[in-house]
Amino acid sequence: MTTEFKASIETALHNPNLTGALGRFSEAYRVSRAKAYEGIDFEAVRDRIAEIKGSASSRFEELAEQFKANAERRGAKVFRTADPAEVKRYILDLARAQNVQAVVKSKSMASEEIHLNKAFEQAGIQVDETDLGEWIIQLAHQTPSHMVMPAIHMTKEEVAEVFSQEVEAGQAPDIPKLVKFARGKLRPKFLAADMGITGANIAVAETGTLVIVTNEGNARLVSTLPRVHVAIVGIEKLVAQVADIDPILTALPRSATGQLLTSYVSMLSGQVPNTDGSPKELHIILMDNHRSDMVKDPKFKEALQCIRCATCLNVCPVFRLVGGHVFGKTYTGGIGTILTAWFDELKKSEDIQGLCIQCGSCVPVCPGKIDIPGLILELRRRLVVEQGQSLAMKAIFGVVNNRRLFHSMLRMAAVTQKPFKQGRFIRHLPLFLSDMTDFRSLPAIAPEPFRDKFKAIAQPKQAEKVVFYAGCLIDFAYPETGTALVRILNKAGIEVVFPEDQTCCGAPARYSGAYEVAAQNARDNIKALLATDATYVVSACPTCTVALKHDFLDTFKSLGITDALAEAERLSARTIDFSSLVKKLVDEGRLTFKEGQHLGKITYHDSCHLKRTLKATDEPRELLQKAGHEIAEMYECDTCCGMAGSYSLKLPEISAPILERKLKNIKDTGADKVVMDCPGCVMQIRGGLDKDGSPIQVEHTAERLEDRFE
Amino acid sequence: MSTTFEAFETRATAVSAEVHRFATRPEALAFIEGFLREVGVSAAPDSGALWVEGSFLEGIGQDHVRNQVPGVSFEVTRAAAASAKVGISQLDWAIAGTGTLVQDATAVEKRLVSTLPPIHLAVLGTERILADFSSVLQRLQPEQINYIAFITGPSRTADIERVLTIGVHGPERLIVVVVDDFEKVSA
Repeated sequence: MTTEFKASIETALHNPNLTGALGRFSEAYRVSRAKAYEGIDFEAVRDRIAEIKGSASSRFEELAEQFKANAERRGAKVFRTADPAEVKRYILDLARAQNVQAVVKSKSMASEEIHLNKAFEQAGIQVDETDLGEWIIQLAHQTPSHMVMPAIHMTKEEVAEVFSQEVEAGQAPDIPKLVKFARGKLRPKFLAADMGITGANIAVAETGTLVIVTNEGNARLVSTLPRVHVAIVGIEKLVAQVADIDPILTALPRSATGQLLTSYVSMLSGQVPNTDGSPKELHIILMDNHRSDMVKDPKFKEALQCIRCATCLNVCPVFRLVGGHVFGKTYTGGIGTILTAWFDELKKSEDIQGLCIQCGSCVPVCPGKIDIPGLILELRRRLVVEQGQSLAMKAIFGVVNNRRLFHSMLRMAAVTQKPFKQGRFIRHLPLFLSDMTDFRSLPAIAPEPFRDKFKAIAQPKQAEKVVFYAGCLIDFAYPETGTALVRILNKAGIEVVFPEDQTCCGAPARYSGAYEVAAQNARDNIKALLATDATYVVSACPTCTVALKHDFLDTFKSLGITDALAEAERLSARTIDFSSLVKKLVDEGRLTFKEGQHLGKITYHDSCHLKRTLKATDEPRELLQKAGHEIAEMYECDTCCGMAGSYSLKLPEISAPILERKLKNIKDTGADKVVMDCPGCVMQIRGGLDKDGSPIQVEHTAERLEDRFE
Repeated sequence: MSTTFEAFETRATAVSAEVHRFATRPEALAFIEGFLREVGVSAAPDSGALWVEGSFLEGIGQDHVRNQVPGVSFEVTRAAAASAKVGISQLDWAIAGTGTLVQDATAVEKRLVSTLPPIHLAVLGTERILADFSSVLQRLQPEQINYIAFITGPSRTADIERVLTIGVHGPERLIVVVVDDFEKVSA
């Protein structure tokens, strides 16, 4: 990461106005969104949107021509171009031809994308944004930090200062007064403007209709008062028919602002009269700017299903800490990272793609059904292909790919860590490594890894065998989790097999974009894990489980590897996470809980991969309750703890405040234990609580359940 | 019809519209005239009300209104709308599910009176309230109408610190007058 980028993160994190405003917003947003969707089948709505926009993007050319023909039949002029420079030239030529002195704009991200205001200013034409948020950032000489709320990063004090400096001195930080002031100052501009510029939220090919959604009413004024109307529309806004509007308008306001509908929706089809009765000039610019290139990419075509609601920003645990400006000048957040890589260039996403913590929070709430973290991972992969891994990363993955070397280094670390070790923790590391232990302690490498301990566990011979995939953390830091798992499965009459040749699951390599390394890890593990004829391959690490169940296949497919696919499918079908397996065994009557246990109050943390990829949220809770625990749910129980593998090493400054929130939510429950299914989360949360000196115990579900069965 | 109205009223009120229901047009008109006087509509400068007449005054006549409330005009121009206190127009349909008013707003006068004055008063027949968005789109088709306007409550913004503030660029009050016997010509 560039030092400039790291510095922009630092600045954002140290801006209390920004983190305060975004933090409060992200909390309120969840509530208002849920309320707005009451009585609506969100899955059905987004299935339709994905279908509508997916099929539209497959035939942009046809729909664009159809739109043009229909809009022109109704008196509009439609200009199609792939080139942002052409858009600006067209508008400036039009402005000159029409003798335009002043322009008013309603919010248009497409115009932000091409930096249109700058072009007007250079041409000496007065241009004013009229959306309140856009006007504020225009006056402040900034760029939007959020697609829906461009000035969300500013406080009323800052707004009052901007108004006082740029418009009229003496404005007080009183929101209703500031809004009234804006109304008063912008009204004459609406009335005086010769040209109005809008964007559009939807463009309907069969009728040549533009659908424009606003709350302030500025788009209605912009499209009514000036004698020339220009609409700048990205071709991804095209849909085939009028019936396609309904699902998009059902989702957009609900997802964007928690409204059932915005105050105003205008459907404009062709020319309308001016206030003097003359027909209004309507120019519609259908802009491509690499959207057609995205269509041709089998992975990224999906990103064109975006309806620009900004949900992926609103639910992102990283966005709420750093805000939009670290992402760049136009599109921000998760989808913004992807759009920047395409509309600008892949290289522009090099730093910002690293901000994605891969927690998956945005996936279940995206109205366009876009796998945003998946696409960001794909950007990461392509960046590595294009530019190569850094030398340090290469050295690390060279080790990870050599199991014997990797494991002997870990064993060596168990010895060399001694100067830093305090009990089971490493609390301080020297020099540049200190970032890692600033905000949490790290687990000491266990003196005896699980692979050695396992040999000493006396297991009765059983006909049914289950293969245990430990993963690095359980093997080398938390062997007791593995021991607990073996003991529980033994009680169900299952013999656990631990194949010695298992190695790193490849997640660290894959999440860094090093797919070739991940593929080799996958091959090694498939061979090791399928060697035994077993009912299941179980893992007590959700990230490893996801690797075995989904990522091996995806990595092979991404690299065009076909020879290992069948084996990967076999492993996938056999793989199960710990809690889901134990729940099954309990349901089948093969495991029985001890009766009459009152074990007290605990709280449960949902790990990202377990909840959002493996969809196991009820299983661990049910097991813990049946064991005799009462679960006091914490606030945001399914929000990432900030660990995310190597993320916490690369961006400790972001990982730390995410963890801090998590710890507060845990403490607020009053429970004296927090339980989770992921050793990575255990590492992060246990380390954080240790640093805090908190007495709250952190346990893996397997450990918590170890002694609970008959 | 009554439950549809109630659903509309609940939704519209929730987004700060003010909804009033009357049995007949004369009753509704009496309310409107009272309302206009109450908010200070008069013949004084910048105090007028601008009315885009549909069928509401059929059988009643514009003079009746002019006599009752000086300051009401039916001559809609850009300048008059920019200085008017109240804009009045007849809406074509409403959507119960979202509390939305819908209008063929191709005629620029209809847009002027519902965008520029600080108060927009909308009249509508009770039977014009439909269940949902798609029912309205079957009746007001973008294939045929060049400007369809959907209005849900007054103009609003939350662009500063996400604090909801009513009345930024459009009307700060939206008064909806719903009439049961709209079609019946009064005696």
